[in-house]
Amino acid sequence: MHEMSIVQSMLDIALRAGGEAGAKRIKTVRVKMGEYSDVVPVIMREYFAVAAKGTICEGAQIEITRIPVTMRCRACGWEGRVDRRRIVCGGCGGIALTLLTGREFYVESLEAE
Amino acid sequence: MEIKVMHQIMEWNEDVSDQVKATLAEHRICLINVMGSPGAGKTSLIVKLIAALRDEYRIGVIEGDIAGQIDAETIDKLGIPVVQLDTDGACHIEAESVRHMLPLFDLEQLDVLIVENIGNLVCPAEFNIGEAFRVALLSVPEGDDKVHKYPLMFATSDAVVMHKYDMLPYFDFDDKRVENDAKGVNPQVKVFRASSRTGEGMEELLGYLRARIDAVRTAQAETKEENP
Repeated sequence: MHEMSIVQSMLDIALRAGGEAGAKRIKTVRVKMGEYSDVVPVIMREYFAVAAKGTICEGAQIEITRIPVTMRCRACGWEGRVDRRRIVCGGCGGIALTLLTGREFYVESLEAE
Repeated sequence: MEIKVMHQIMEWNEDVSDQVKATLAEHRICLINVMGSPGAGKTSLIVKLIAALRDEYRIGVIEGDIAGQIDAETIDKLGIPVVQLDTDGACHIEAESVRHMLPLFDLEQLDVLIVENIGNLVCPAEFNIGEAFRVALLSVPEGDDKVHKYPLMFATSDAVVMHKYDMLPYFDFDDKRVENDAKGVNPQVKVFRASSRTGEGMEELLGYLRARIDAVRTAQAETKEENP
């Protein structure tokens, strides 16, 4: 249920950006979200529907694009997709890896009227 | 029309977490975020850590709970500064809550601040609270599949303590599996086996904590010298 405070932040961001752009209604909120996250999209959407009532975001769709977990090996320089349950270099099998993508979590854009 | 936004959703928490870090660095205080399920033995372990470390460091505690102040009373009896943080239903502590708590301590009189997070293996993992490092507890009776089921908690922790390790003979708990799963999601993680009831494995854990605390406080002092 940590999704509630996250949804509140998402809504604040959308309302501010929509307000600044003079939007009358927000139809879609596009979110980029790394796969290295335990935020649950279904719960996020439900909370958003409730939190957005009475605002210009009421009824807006939340469109989530997931970003895969990719890492760079500090030993051999390999870069690629890594299973978050088994973090190991796809090149040399090393375990000293730097996270490149997968922890992103931001509002990318809004579709508005 | 399309409105470009590009705004980090967790930014509010990250900003406050950095502020907490800066305040603690000014006073050379090492914040340890202790996480784990309800009943994993977080409070019992903290009580033992206080007993072992209180002659070396001036320790304070923030006790996070959804309701009540049983844990804070336990710590208070030890004569250690403690503040109870009731989240009133929320499943995790956020950086903002810690920032509100800091003025309740005499920061000049602290070296280490231990935060006992809400008993939960999911939500606290998503929120930085200004900590120098994270310790996750997994007690033997909870089962050896928990790292597999809740990877983020163990992937974002610096140390994992298999707690209540004296209970090992009574449970089908494969400690090697836990260690392998933890290292699978977090290759750099340190894994400990300890019981705060019998004291088994505590020396190794204490050795690690002393080294981490000293390294953090030395780095804080050096940064302070460079940017007075």
